[in-house]
Parts: sequence; structure tokens; C-alpha cells
Amino acid sequence: MTADRPHRRLAWRRLLTALAVAAVPAMLTAPPATADTAPPGTDCTPDGVACVAVLVLDADNGRVPGAQATITDGADFSVEVTTSADAVTSVEVPTSGGYTVELDPASLPADAPLPEGAPTSIDVTAQTGSTARAAFRVGAGVQAPPATSAPPSGTTTPGTETGAGGEAGSGTTAGGEPGTDGGVVDAPPEGDASQRAFSLAQVWQQIGSGLRFGLLLALASIGLNLVFGTTGLSNFAHGEQVTLGAALAFISVHVWGLPLWLGILASLALCAATGFAQDAGIWRPLRRRGTPVMQLMIVTIGLSIALQFLIQMFIGGRSLRIVSSNPVPLRIAGITLSEASWVAMGIAVVCILGIAWWLTRTRIGRATRAVSDNPALAAATGIDPDKIVRIVWIMSTTFAALSGILVGISFGSFNWSLGMQLLLLMFAAVTLGGLGTAYGALVGSILIGLVVELSNLVIPSDLRYASALVILILVLLVRPQGLLGRRERIG
Amino acid sequence: MEEFLRILTQALAELVAPSTAAYALAAIGLNLHFGYTGLLNMGQAGFMLLGAYGFGIATIAGAPFLVALLVAIAAGTVFALLLGIPTLKLRGDYLAIVTISAAEIIRWLGRSTVFQEWTGGASGLLGNSFKHTFHELSFLPDGRTAVGPLEYINTGSDSWWTRLFAWGLVLLALLFVWLLTRSPWGRVLKGIREDEDAVRALGKNVFAYKLQALVIGGALGSLAGVLYVLPRAITPDSMGRTMTFFVWTVLLLGGAATLFGPVLGSMLFFSLYMLMRTGMRAGLGDVIGGTQVEQLGGMLVGVTLMLLVIFRPQGILGNKRELAFNVR
Repeated sequence: MTADRPHRRLAWRRLLTALAVAAVPAMLTAPPATADTAPPGTDCTPDGVACVAVLVLDADNGRVPGAQATITDGADFSVEVTTSADAVTSVEVPTSGGYTVELDPASLPADAPLPEGAPTSIDVTAQTGSTARAAFRVGAGVQAPPATSAPPSGTTTPGTETGAGGEAGSGTTAGGEPGTDGGVVDAPPEGDASQRAFSLAQVWQQIGSGLRFGLLLALASIGLNLVFGTTGLSNFAHGEQVTLGAALAFISVHVWGLPLWLGILASLALCAATGFAQDAGIWRPLRRRGTPVMQLMIVTIGLSIALQFLIQMFIGGRSLRIVSSNPVPLRIAGITLSEASWVAMGIAVVCILGIAWWLTRTRIGRATRAVSDNPALAAATGIDPDKIVRIVWIMSTTFAALSGILVGISFGSFNWSLGMQLLLLMFAAVTLGGLGTAYGALVGSILIGLVVELSNLVIPSDLRYASALVILILVLLVRPQGLLGRRERIG
Repeated sequence: MEEFLRILTQALAELVAPSTAAYALAAIGLNLHFGYTGLLNMGQAGFMLLGAYGFGIATIAGAPFLVALLVAIAAGTVFALLLGIPTLKLRGDYLAIVTISAAEIIRWLGRSTVFQEWTGGASGLLGNSFKHTFHELSFLPDGRTAVGPLEYINTGSDSWWTRLFAWGLVLLALLFVWLLTRSPWGRVLKGIREDEDAVRALGKNVFAYKLQALVIGGALGSLAGVLYVLPRAITPDSMGRTMTFFVWTVLLLGGAATLFGPVLGSMLFFSLYMLMRTGMRAGLGDVIGGTQVEQLGGMLVGVTLMLLVIFRPQGILGNKRELAFNVR
């Protein structure tokens, strides 16, 4: 099924491009589905966005209702909030960064004034994925606070303000947030194994999670490596292709109302079209001009920035779920993963086997390997390198999209930074396996997946991605060509 | 009209803003890497973050201002050595992948709970905790000063003193780089950029020269990190990959391998960026929201970078023949 996809795509490519072009206005007019789930103004869940909460507390840690405060960022963001007695007042702020919360002392109840010398404004630093809290103590028996800031909640200090931690801090699982904002959040069945004594069963469970992560990562990094192999280009926009797949699947399921399987197919088709369009519109003309590869690499960085903001514009900053039902845990061979995860692993295995079969048994696959080895020689034997490179680009974006969709489904949720976080892991995987070798990407990805999940057992899980990158640097020290690479590639 | 003047003033303010100076300094360091030596450093934000942490943590521990600056430089130097020794013998894109990964490692370490005691975790170090030594150095009188349409307090976070210091440091760095690049040492660097093997054949230790360039540019990057955090808090997440990419855009816009390219690029980039965003907010404010303006702005930066590299890789001031893109 996988093997003939490129042929089919080739046959359909004009249709797909047309579809992609036709879809753009639809996407522009359709509001993101998150709009209806968006929390109202004063109730912000730090779920991939940054929140600022205003707490006005009396001496007994009770919330003082009716106090008015203004949250500004020093430029032109400004929101006025009024506290209530029964919930923490928090608002979503557009970007992470410094915000000033200014309390209007006149709005305080007469029996609870600000203490002498207490500041009326507090500077907080908003972080994506957590709630920065500005706490004002008012009323009799309250001293002016020594520090002018409230510790942010979320990852680290849940509930330093009594009674507030519950709601405000629950958006982030303690320590379970990799990267900036938890694009990859574990599904409930697995949980966070760090900071615990570990048993053999746990190691086994983590190996299972590691295999899942590795297989899904491999699906994406094979494409990265094929592009590198055939064109010599390190594609920094590959991560955004992964996010794009997940985002389009989300949009097609939740905005266009397609059934899941059709949504996935639509997303794959659109992403294949982006691969075709990219090659036809950007990469082939630049290859024709003889632009050096390093220059192209910076072009991919520009593309990555542009795509990243484009995706953000459509899906916003918060975590999204492609499948909104709760994951069903399923235990196989002592490993508990969600049902969706097992299916995703199955799909990944089938696709990887398909790619391997395609590369070794089909004419075009063998031509691809020939172009990877030596483009000039391949061209001399009658292979059209441009055609091969185009097929490789389409494959690369399609499998990146598939990987994004499967990660989004089996890890529960994703957000716009999913691909950004995976990109470095993909680079680590292909360097570990050997840049430019298709099987190297598979081996490297599975190893990186295992390392990431197993390192959970010994180091805090907010550092687990760092462990993979440390391995990348160590590999370069010892065996720069990677496990399966050849010496002449490293320069 | 008033609206128009406000927008222009904001763009003008960006020309002299401390963060513009910080980006200029970071780009000067990157220019030494990429423009003069041909090294693809994709982790300049990592150097900056390390410099900022070095400065902040040293000051909190009680070090005087100059010592804290030295700590920042030392942090950048050690980081450059750690990165350079394994990767400088390999092809260019390996250095790119390793530097971008290492910068992310620094950010993850900074925001992790393990080092929270020193780095403040994800929320970072608050501005007030590390700025007092810097503010004490100010010789400006108290109060506010207005120069033309720009008015700031004399000493404080967003002040004239911060601006004076930042641009003074940028001028010093320019002088330093000018002297470096016209020295015999600088000529060897350019030789490495043009043809590594030829320089090796002349008996020069190419690896050592590259490492020296990486260290000096990295130290300049760390100082830029200090400049960047002087008007604000040290937050690891604001100094991630996007920052590195912006530094690259700044450098390529102004012109790599030119002395004034980074400064021109930074001033132009940030005032245009501000002009674009405030202009869009004023013009399209009722069509799209504030967040969307930010995202459109970011998209335009990405597209600008692509077009710049494709159609004018030498930037405004640069010379196409001096461009390091065709190194291995």
C-alpha cells in the first residue's frame, strides 16, 4: 500500500495541487474549532498558552472579590479584570514575557485596603504552559510583601498561595513538560515515571513507550534523511511539516467535520501536495540556479519560521486533540499503552516495511538509492534525478504528516510547537544512525526513542529530550559518520 | 496623523533600543563565525542565554559588575570550546546541528527544575535581582530626559543608561572586530573561509583558528546576552531558537563579512519589524486581532529571510564574492 503511493501521488499530483489551492480559502474562512472551546476571558488554562492570574487575598488567604486590576505588557496589550470570590481570575496573554499587573486600590473593599507601603503593581513573567500569578495581600493584619513577585505556578511550585494552586496550577503536569510548552504530552495510561524508584516492570513499560516514540519518530526522520541523501539538504522546515500534518488532520476532523480516517487521508493528501509544491516552486528552481546547499539550508530555516507562524495562525497556541474521546488503555505483553498507540505503532511498522521494500525492490526506489549514492552517475545511467528528488520530497512531507498525525493521536494532544521539538530529535536520530542512509534513520530513531523514554527513569522528565541531544554530541565525538554511515560523507 | 506619528516614534525608538544593540552585538559575534570564518553557528541564542545566566547568577552571588561580565564571557568561552572540539573537524552542517541542539540543551537545563535554585526554572531570574550593580555604575543624574520624541528615565531598566552602555559596548566590539579582521590573524580566517585546504597547505593549524574564532564570537554572543537581559528578566524561553534565527536574519540583512552589516541589519530589522506590526495593528486592527498581527509579522520575517537568502545573500552592505555559503 505504501509502496505504490508515490506513483499514485505522481499521477494525482495536479489534482492534489488543485485541491490544496482550493482548500486555502476554505481554511481561511473556517474559524479554528478551538474558538468555541476557548475559555471565557477570566478563566485561562495554561494549556499551551501563557496565562496571567490576579489574586487578591486577605490575611486568611480568602479571595477578595470585586477588586479591579489591569494587566499590561508595556506595549499595547492591556486587559482589565475583576476578581471573584469563587475562582482564580486569570487571562490568556498573547506571548510569554513580562507583564505588569496594576491593582486599582480604589476598587478594594473598605475593610480590606492595601497595607501601607505595599506596591500597587507587580511584574510577572508569563510562560507558555503555565500561569504567572500576581498576588496582592490586602486587609488588616497583612504586612507589605517582601518580594514584588509571585512565583509562577505550574511546573514547579504548585500552590504556594493557599487555595489557589488547585485551579491555577493544574494546567501543567509536574515536570512532565518537555520543551517550551509540552507539545508532546503523555497520554494518561503512561504517566510520568521520574522521581520514583524503578522496577523491572517499569523499565519494560518505558521500553514499550520508547519503541512507540521511536517508531513514530522514524516515520518522520526517514523522510528527512531521504531528502538529505538525494539533495544534501538539511531541511529545518521538516518539523513544521510534521506539525502541519497534525494540524490539518485536526482541522479536517473538527472544522470540516470529516470522519477520522477521511480526515487523516485529506491531511496526508494536502501535505503531499505541499511537498510537491515546495519542490516545484522553491527547491527545483534553486537547484537549477546552482545555489549552494548551505544557502538552501538557511532558506529552509526561513520557511520553517514562516510555516510555524502560519500554523499558529490557524490553530492558535493551545493544545489540541485530534481524537477527543478518552484513550482506552490496552495491555499487550506487559506494556500498557492506549489502543490508539498500538494502532499507530502498527501503521508505522507497515509503512516502514513498505518504504524498505520500495527502496530495495522497486525500480524507482533503487533509482532513489542510486541518486543518493552519486547523482551524476545516476543521471548518466538514464535516471532523471529531478524526478527522483520530487518523489522523495512528496514522500518526505507525506510521511512527516503521517508521523505528526500518529503522534498527535497516540500522545493525546499536540500544539504548534510539536514539530519544532521533534526536529532536533530527528536530527539526533539521523546523525546517530548515519546522515543520508534510510535504515540509519530507522535505527537511530528507535534508539533515540528508547533513550528519551528510559532516561525518564533516572533523570527528571523535563530533561529527557536533552539526554537525546547529549547523545548526539557524544556520537559526533566518537563516530561522526553515525552507526550505519560511511566515512566519506562527513567531510 | 497623531496615530502616524506614534507609529513612527515607536519605530524610531527601536533604532536605539537596548535589545537592538543586543542583537547587533550577537550578530557581530555571529559575523565573526559565519561572515569571516564560514562557521555555521545555529546556536547563538545558547551563547546569549549562557552569558545572561553567568551574569545574573554571579551578580546574585555577590560579584561586582565587571566580575559578573567576566563570568558571562567565561561561560561563553567554555561553551564554545565544548562545542568546537568535537565538531569543527566535521562538515559545516554538523556544526549547525550540534550548535542548535546544544543551545536547546542550555535552555532545557535552564528551565528544568533541577537547577531551579540558581536559574529560577522556567520563570527565570527576575530583573530586580541582578541589575543593582549595573544601575549603581550609572553616572547620569536622577530624573528623566527627553531627546526629541524619545523620553526615558536616566537610570533604570528601560533607561538612557542602559542604552548608553549597550551601544558603547557595541562600538567597542566593532573596534575590536575591525582590528581583529585586518590583522594577520583575521586574514587567515578569511583564508579558511575561502579555501580551508589551501590554508592548511600553508602550514596553518586550521582547527585552532576556527576554534579561536568560535570562542571570540561566542564570547561576544554572551555579552550580547547580558545586554539583552539588562532591560528585562532572564527567561530561558525568550532566548530560544527564534532568537538565533532573528540574529541570522539581522546579519544576512545587513551583510555578512562586513564591519557595519550587523549594526545596520539590527537597526533596520527591528525598526521595520516594529513599523510593520504597529502599522498592521493600526491599519488592520479591526480585521485581525493582536495575536494575529504578531503571527503575520513572524511569517513575514520568515519569508523575508527566504527571499533575502535567495535573491540577495550578501545583504545590503556585503560583497557577493566574500560570502561563505559555498564552504563545505
